[in-house]
Amino acid sequence: MHNLSIWQLAEGLRTKKFSPRELTEHFLTRIEHFNELLNCFITTTSDGALAAADAADKRIRAGDGVPLTGIPIVHKDIFCTEGVKTSCGSRMLDNFIAPYDATSVARLKQAGAVMLGKTNMDEFAMGSSNETSYYGAVKNPWDIERVPGGSSGGSAAAVAARLTPAATGTDTGGSIRQPASLCGITGLKPTYGRVSRYGMIAFASSLDQGGPMACTAEDCALLLQVMAGFDPCDSTSIERAVPDYTAGLDQPLKGLRIGLPREYFAEGLNEGVGSVIEEAIATYRSLGCKITEISLPNTNLAVPVYYVVAPAEFSSNLARYDGVRYGYRCEDPKDLLDLYKRSRGEGFGPEVKRRIMIGTYVLSAGYYDAYYLKAQQVRRLISDDFKQAFENVDVIMGPTSPSTAFKLGEKAADPVQMYLSDIYTIAVNLAGLPGISIPVGLHQNLPVGLQIIANHFDESRLLNVAHRFQQETAWHARAPDGVE
Amino acid sequence: MSLNSEDIKKIAHLARLQIDEEDIPGYVRNLSEILALVEQMNYVNTSDVHPMAHPQDVSQRLRADKITETDQRAHFQENAPLAAAGLYLVPKVIE
Repeated sequence: MHNLSIWQLAEGLRTKKFSPRELTEHFLTRIEHFNELLNCFITTTSDGALAAADAADKRIRAGDGVPLTGIPIVHKDIFCTEGVKTSCGSRMLDNFIAPYDATSVARLKQAGAVMLGKTNMDEFAMGSSNETSYYGAVKNPWDIERVPGGSSGGSAAAVAARLTPAATGTDTGGSIRQPASLCGITGLKPTYGRVSRYGMIAFASSLDQGGPMACTAEDCALLLQVMAGFDPCDSTSIERAVPDYTAGLDQPLKGLRIGLPREYFAEGLNEGVGSVIEEAIATYRSLGCKITEISLPNTNLAVPVYYVVAPAEFSSNLARYDGVRYGYRCEDPKDLLDLYKRSRGEGFGPEVKRRIMIGTYVLSAGYYDAYYLKAQQVRRLISDDFKQAFENVDVIMGPTSPSTAFKLGEKAADPVQMYLSDIYTIAVNLAGLPGISIPVGLHQNLPVGLQIIANHFDESRLLNVAHRFQQETAWHARAPDGVE
Repeated sequence: MSLNSEDIKKIAHLARLQIDEEDIPGYVRNLSEILALVEQMNYVNTSDVHPMAHPQDVSQRLRADKITETDQRAHFQENAPLAAAGLYLVPKVIE
């Protein structure tokens, strides 16, 4: 059952091959079996899951079900889930029980999805390796001495190990796409404003987007269909109709214009990864696509811009954690200042503190213009590069990550090294564009992901382009050894 | 742009973060490296460029000034470290 897609599981439930309870129990047993090794979960919600499964069963029998009814799902622990611990991977929220459901969670619940638990993540979504979590590192199911990527590492590892057919993640600088790439699954970051951020603990408000993670683009389409759409509770949510993402997945790609940015195939890209990507591009060529080299000249500025904008917005968003209304409070505070400083000093981990410090510095008096304002100007240049490119191509492709999964601890000591590995994903967040990562091969038995970027609100195109590849190849069906 | 330990202490105070004396050299090093990375932005001329705060340049949506939310204070205060009579308790502020 754990090797079936969401579509196949939905069919199985509909034709009564198995019941929602059997399906849920199957995955809960797998989680029990594998979680100690992989550490993908912070909280498992078995009782709630079984109750939801039974409710889904009633709905399906009454003929009231929709595709996701009875389908198990896991949520990154950054989404508020009513009555359930929501820690954001941090000691700061270790004792926090969310008083409401995030909009994405509510919509998936309404569709009848069965929540199995909350997945592990880099603390406050800060990281590309899932090594900064208060709850310990997540292991990559393909090689447990390696990272799964981050910050949605728990969700990616859970899907890769077939502990769930569906997961949610969030992406601010690549946090859905990069772990999807390193774990050999499919992950989509929607256009900024497409999916509501209400109830999604804030990292960088002008960059964050929640999105689906699953084995296939077809499955991601089903999830995105439910998650996407205007939400009055999110002031940055865009009022724009949601198309049927499941229609048009099979559309032939003949004549599709694909742009390959020369900057994405330059130094820094691992040779083995490059070869796998080239083979994937060749598959697209055989489907009748027109491949051209393009240029995104300001690519190398994406990392410095991001490392000003994101920490700045982050430091502002984390000011709310003050030990007063919720979250960690230090013991015996002497006075208010002591309460603030020690609650925050003790509640936050080192990477979070580092980024708060950078953010505070670049926004402080005398530096705002030189750093934050300048970064927002360069951001427009980066966005304009994409605008120009999309006048001549339909989608842009390249590697999601310059390397395959690195070893635990390898980059943790050098933050700048870690930051440079986000080079291909960051610019997409800065421009607010949608992007997807699909597994396209292995290098030294580790997954390689191809990133596909489309214009604003063109998720249908992304899903179609990804799906056609998955109809021609079988990489998306490859599971790591040892998870049968 | 390189920082020193006085800068670090000042930033930590602004951010209301307690940091240990022994961690300061680490912060000086990390933050200076990150700022060196960020310096690259200065090689680009942006004199006529309008800053981009939102990927689609959308501005704040407004709604009618009508009450739509209900009072859920008791529910939200279940997460409070210390609360009484509907108030959040903190150490005395006024001398």
